[in-house]
Amino acid sequence: MINEIREPLVFEISAAGKRAVELPALDVPEKRDLLAGVPVRREIEGFPEVSETEITRHFTRLSQKNYCVDMGFYPLGSCTMKYNPKVNERLCALPAFAGSHPLAPADLVQGNLELIKTLETCLCRIAGMDAFTLFPAAGAHGELTGMMLVRAALEARGNARKIVLIPDSAHGTNPSSAHICGYTVREIKSNEKGTIDLASLEREMTDEVAALMLTNPNTLGVFESDICRIAEIVHSRGGLLYMDGANMNALTGIVRPGDMGVDVMHINLHKTFSTPHGGGGPGAGPVGVKKELEPFLPLPVVTGKKDGRYALDGDRPRSIGRIRAYYGNFAVLVRALCYILSLGPKGVREIAEYAVLNANYIRKSLEGEYDLKYKTPSLHECVFSDKLQKEYGVTNLDIAKRLIDFGLHPPTMSFPLIVHGALMIEPTETESRRDIDIFIEAMKAIAREAKENPQVLHDAPHVTYVRRLDEVAAAKFPVLRWEKKD
Amino acid sequence: MSYLSLSDKDKAEMLARAGAGSIDDLFGCIPEAIRLKRPLDLPPAQSEIELVRSVEAIGRKNDGPALLSFLGGGAYEHFIPTVVDYLTSRGEFLSPYTPYQPEVSQGTLQAVFEFQTLVCQLTGLDIANDSLYDGSTGAAEAVLMAQRITGRNKVLVAGSIHPQYRDVIRTYIRNLGIEAVEIGFGPDGRLDRDALAGALDDKTAAVVCQSPNFFGIIEDVRALSEAAHAVKALSVAVVAEALSLGLLEAPGKLGADIVSGEAQSLGLPVSFGGPYLGFMACRKEFLRQMPGRITGQTVDRDGRRGFVLTLSTREQHIRRERATSNICSNEALCALRATVFMETLGKQGLREMAWQNAQKAAYAADRLAAVKGVKRKFSGPVFNEFAIELPRPWAAVDAGLRARGIIGGYGLEAAYPGLGNAALVCVTELRTKDEIDRLVRALQEVLS
Repeated sequence: MINEIREPLVFEISAAGKRAVELPALDVPEKRDLLAGVPVRREIEGFPEVSETEITRHFTRLSQKNYCVDMGFYPLGSCTMKYNPKVNERLCALPAFAGSHPLAPADLVQGNLELIKTLETCLCRIAGMDAFTLFPAAGAHGELTGMMLVRAALEARGNARKIVLIPDSAHGTNPSSAHICGYTVREIKSNEKGTIDLASLEREMTDEVAALMLTNPNTLGVFESDICRIAEIVHSRGGLLYMDGANMNALTGIVRPGDMGVDVMHINLHKTFSTPHGGGGPGAGPVGVKKELEPFLPLPVVTGKKDGRYALDGDRPRSIGRIRAYYGNFAVLVRALCYILSLGPKGVREIAEYAVLNANYIRKSLEGEYDLKYKTPSLHECVFSDKLQKEYGVTNLDIAKRLIDFGLHPPTMSFPLIVHGALMIEPTETESRRDIDIFIEAMKAIAREAKENPQVLHDAPHVTYVRRLDEVAAAKFPVLRWEKKD
Repeated sequence: MSYLSLSDKDKAEMLARAGAGSIDDLFGCIPEAIRLKRPLDLPPAQSEIELVRSVEAIGRKNDGPALLSFLGGGAYEHFIPTVVDYLTSRGEFLSPYTPYQPEVSQGTLQAVFEFQTLVCQLTGLDIANDSLYDGSTGAAEAVLMAQRITGRNKVLVAGSIHPQYRDVIRTYIRNLGIEAVEIGFGPDGRLDRDALAGALDDKTAAVVCQSPNFFGIIEDVRALSEAAHAVKALSVAVVAEALSLGLLEAPGKLGADIVSGEAQSLGLPVSFGGPYLGFMACRKEFLRQMPGRITGQTVDRDGRRGFVLTLSTREQHIRRERATSNICSNEALCALRATVFMETLGKQGLREMAWQNAQKAAYAADRLAAVKGVKRKFSGPVFNEFAIELPRPWAAVDAGLRARGIIGGYGLEAAYPGLGNAALVCVTELRTKDEIDRLVRALQEVLS
């Protein structure tokens, strides 16, 4: 029933003179002619005027049009949609943190600096790296920072080189980030196992290549078992190995990128370390490096002093410079540290253990019902395709939209590009067997429907606030803001 | 603590279904030689009670928040109505991903559509994106965007832009063959028009200024835009204090082609610098060069209005290395906070809040300038912060003020060695007359 209530835009319920906020009377003498000579606006044309009741109902109703992790299973592959612990929200909002100004002198923010240093240390130990910067604001920002570090380190060796190698299974941010660092991207083909083809790598890895950007496990959820040989090839030709740690959820406590020959990597705190995705951010993409790259880390660097106090070192001439104002998405860092502190060593290992168990349980349960292009054993996610259902004219989009009718969020469909009609399923470790089974049964039911009644899939979803939306029209005739009708 | 949801029976049965004898078997694809053979070296697990205790203890080592603060400089303590926290902490907003499945994401998408509209109204421009990381990276993205639009490789960057924003711009352009030429400021604190005229040429992609600038001075955006347009360069206006847009004329109406800013002031706590909220708006002809996500209105199969992420052929997941930016996750929840904030303050509230900032800052500036030995550093008009010149080094003054429970401002010496003993003082609507008077008295004592 709630879906039948159409929620207007705030501008459509606005009426002149209404307000939700009163400020205290101005307590200093008012200068009426203040800012004379400066262009001042008479009003913000079109800005809404509503009451607090209306605001609260507007956003409460809007919230009810969203699906979310707190509601149910959200197997969006590569996005690691795990449960977000509530205590972490409370702690990052403590006035001691939320009320702390980024330009306050270091001696007034010792707690913040200790927290940053502690999280850096934890991430170094989890990843097997020598140093971390926590300031990149998202995974892609971490990639950008990491590739800038690669460039700086190679420049210091005498030649920044020109090319970055990226497997064809990689996420789109990889080539885009490498490009902003001034590199040309060359794609490496995957082999029949879905992993890097060593012969191609041997061929492509010339002395013009700065780095290989590798996601491990890759976007198929498959661990690059030849990782040691891969690192050897890259290093022997004078390149560096960048690891996209988007899939770190499969590895925590099991194996450390630093022990596989990785020189630089990023971790998505909003994935592996459970900070809420917020409908698309804020995230955080800390970058870890080996010793050689440490001098180039972005400014500033938090350092410990002999007296147990912390300081900010902004005087590092070899640094790549600042990559963001202040200290990154600090409140996200607080949440991630809370998560690590609550789990401890065993709990952090269990992240990977049960994420991988859940994914393999799903894989085995759906094998046969859906096509699995790559049979290689996978870790925390599995990538099926719509190949079997295509026979009945059903695509991965139909399957995804039908899952919504079952009260579930669809898997990822937009990549990896090496699987056509992909259904990339990542359950994470926090799911109950009941919720996983509900998903498996829904997927099986949909496979049956594909044969028996494909139309019900083409028409899905049936029970949502809106039905399938015309995305082509949205792009062709862009309406990107509300405008007052005359 | 553990956030797992599997019973021992579940684990055993699921392992059996997965065809594995043990959890270790599932990791057989990882070479034995690199597997970690010992527990991670991390602190022991904590229960919620212990966690709250230990994290609160870390928080108590921050002495700053208890002091009376006049810090600004790109991060502003403003009133945040209770509804902002209340509504945005709902799990339905907090725990979904990017709205790739629009049928189950209309809440987020409609809110973002409202955000885009509000940003357009504030900036006086045609289109706005869903958000960028923050003001500093937004300024860098605006520079890259101007280079793409004009095909020119030189940008003129005002020296009065937030020093950290300028650092980030430099970091971003370093490997792209773009040259940033810094333009100084005059005794009024505004961009030096003669220096600008001398540097502008047909290789200039953009004039990038910040208004109010880092010294709080309101720039003449109209004149700077005209100067840029005269050589067919773009005018990029950076706004680090978004509340100023409640009172000052929209930069888009003054000729700015791209407005890129920081909206922390609109409902986000200062939170040691993040998460914040980068926003960007531009003229509609530059739509295809805009970085970041954009939400558009469309209809569903039954003809009902709905919203979707759109124009994604600009983005990395389609265009890969030829994308307009590498940005993927942005600051969606912060944009939601700003949306709730702006709608709650509304047309009257936002203007009143901005007006009170300007009035209180003017009062504080007058009172401080009346203290013996203290004067205003610049003569230009200000919004809610201003620079003062002191008879002694800031470090000494700052120590004296702190001994009286006050963070009086931000010393400018490190970022601007040429300015001598100067500091930046910010006064928002949250500072009362009594608190301003307390600062004035404390400064008198410290300097006497």
